[in-house]
Amino acid sequence: MKNKNLYNYILGIADNSLILGQRLGELCGHGPNLETDIALTNISLDLLGQTRNYYQYIARLHDKEKTEDDIAFLRSEREYINVLLVEQPNTHFGFVMARQFFYDVFHLMLMEKLQESKDETLSAIAKKAIKEVSYHFRFSSDWVKRLGDGTKESHYKMQEAVDELWRFTDEFFHLTEADKAMIEAGIGVDVSNFKEAYYIKVSEILTEATLSIGASKYFQKGGKQGIHSEHMGFILTELQYMQRTYPNMKW
Amino acid sequence: MKKNWPLWEVFVRSKNGLEHRHFGSLHASDEKMALENARDVYTRRNEGVSIWVVKSIHITATNPKNNGELFEPAKDKIYRHPTFYKLPDELKHM
Repeated sequence: MKNKNLYNYILGIADNSLILGQRLGELCGHGPNLETDIALTNISLDLLGQTRNYYQYIARLHDKEKTEDDIAFLRSEREYINVLLVEQPNTHFGFVMARQFFYDVFHLMLMEKLQESKDETLSAIAKKAIKEVSYHFRFSSDWVKRLGDGTKESHYKMQEAVDELWRFTDEFFHLTEADKAMIEAGIGVDVSNFKEAYYIKVSEILTEATLSIGASKYFQKGGKQGIHSEHMGFILTELQYMQRTYPNMKW
Repeated sequence: MKKNWPLWEVFVRSKNGLEHRHFGSLHASDEKMALENARDVYTRRNEGVSIWVVKSIHITATNPKNNGELFEPAKDKIYRHPTFYKLPDELKHM
């Protein structure tokens, strides 16, 4: 491959969007009401659209002829390098919103910086994506505030989700070899630079939502190295079903 | 859910210069959520540049029972329509 580090760097960003998009897609037709159902599906489609842009780009970096679909559907579990947060299940609506919120704050900061990438394609994708991501952030942070500062039950459930998912937030800021190489080249974003700003932003909104900030000092990691939680296999089974059952099938 | 969330009417301006039109209705707990829901439900196919929402209970409507006296009398008064004028081609949206 011409540029393995560039490939893996972009794959890391794209896999997050793919798996979160898939998770949200599971809720299509199962949202708490029609309006929220459509909103979640819109976000899912935004993320899958961004994923396609990334995969189309890196498909061209392959030596062999590859398509975006090969990258999306024909890898084994260990070859997906999304963070663990995005594969966590839709336990209840509080979890869906907490997961989305933790991801959106990060995603927005990442897109802001990725616009300045020396890689023109990446910069263009980020410029297009940032408007979508800004809306995702608005949507999820509003819901975190509504539920946190809502009824006794909504507060309890939101806090439960925040406490449960907090331990997955640190992984965003782990740098892989590919990340480091791309930062060096001026193509990748050094996410460790905005780690502090991330936690300040998250804490601000959680405080406004009358929620307490995750107390856990122990953080989960592994997704970026392809070591996933037990949920990942089930996601891929559903995601890959058509391509595995009818190889090379096209729409 | 529906018993808690009030109904809102949604008006969308499809492009600048045009008026807001009634697009439909939806449920939301407050005006902020109503705007976001309207954005997601009614403008996802690039239908709009501006959205208004108003609680449905704030709309006062005519009673269909009175349609006879309200609307029937206008039916045979064709001279109230500007159909006897020729409109210049440049005039749009009439």
